[in-house]
Amino acid sequence: MLPLTSSMEFSLPAELAIAAALGIGFGFALERAGFGGARKLTAVFYLYDMAVTKVMFTAVVTTMVGLFALSAMGLLDMAALYVEPTNLVAQGVGGLLFGAGFLIGGYCPGTSMAAIATGRKDALLFALGMFSGVYAYAEFTPQLDDWYKATSIGELTLPSISGVGMGWWTLLFIAVLVVGAWGMARLESRFSGLRPKS
Amino acid sequence: MNTLTASRPGLVDRGNVTAVSRPFSNPYLAGILLGLVLLATYVVTGRGLGATAGFAALATAFAGLVSPSHIQSSIVHAKYWNDGAPLLNWTLFLLLGALIGAAISGWQARRFRLTIERGPRIGDGQRLALAFAGGFIAACGAKLAKGCTSGQALTGSSILNVGSLVFLVAVFVAGFGLAYFVRKEWL
Repeated sequence: MLPLTSSMEFSLPAELAIAAALGIGFGFALERAGFGGARKLTAVFYLYDMAVTKVMFTAVVTTMVGLFALSAMGLLDMAALYVEPTNLVAQGVGGLLFGAGFLIGGYCPGTSMAAIATGRKDALLFALGMFSGVYAYAEFTPQLDDWYKATSIGELTLPSISGVGMGWWTLLFIAVLVVGAWGMARLESRFSGLRPKS
Repeated sequence: MNTLTASRPGLVDRGNVTAVSRPFSNPYLAGILLGLVLLATYVVTGRGLGATAGFAALATAFAGLVSPSHIQSSIVHAKYWNDGAPLLNWTLFLLLGALIGAAISGWQARRFRLTIERGPRIGDGQRLALAFAGGFIAACGAKLAKGCTSGQALTGSSILNVGSLVFLVAVFVAGFGLAYFVRKEWL
């Protein structure tokens, strides 16, 4: 029964080796997509290149289909998967801050690795900023972690709050992706004038 | 100068740039690949990907170097301290792997460039300062929201986590809302 960690225990070296191996796939996929460059990443906010939303949405739908299929076949115990508790204020305000940092900094934490690996000096500065930010959080506002727990409204997923099963949601997400792909192609041709010449 | 690459059809020798980089993958194919990596992570570990926790582990390791006794005064540092081995952190090893994986991909597609990504209307110094500031702001957002593009937007959304979907929407609201004001940085 999957996930593997529910039925077996890995040693620390094995866990870290698994992390590094998955990381190689992660970094490879990000670089393939073109996410090792800030202009490609921020282009989504100027609508002339929607690769960020295409890749993200396709990845989410791929994983969703895979998890649903494995669980429908009885191979995966969905209940054993970790669900981060929801805190609407934290995810709302945190998301706004994160979006601002993403646009201004040009990267997100994962893509900054892909960019550093392909020589982007600005990504190194972004990563230094990230490091300083998490350090400052731990030093000056660690009590926010307690506030998060106290005001969290628990592990919520769309199937759990709606009573509509994951299969239907998966179908809906596929439909949104298909319509979205058409819409994104239209946006790209409409705003192609913003695309940098070089 | 590599004569092999220069003699291949479709490649132009432009002095310092020997070979033209290969085009990026089709975004939908790259998305499927990324999704399969995330699916594999779920199936093996029971949790998804992350990135910010790796930075947090580094920060705690740094704090431990400066003043080990100080670690327990912050519950955040204490969480990443890992009995004195903060560097043996799962997400930090994931990030190290990501560096390697991206280097392999970039090397294979000839996309390595020692450069600074910016629009034509700002200078290198300004761009580097903004990259640092953006990283700082993104870190604050990710710590508050308990995740970033990896941990919330990708990992959480794929199991339909309500908080993750709220995070995802908020990221794009902020990005589109600010895009006009920082257009000089990118366009």
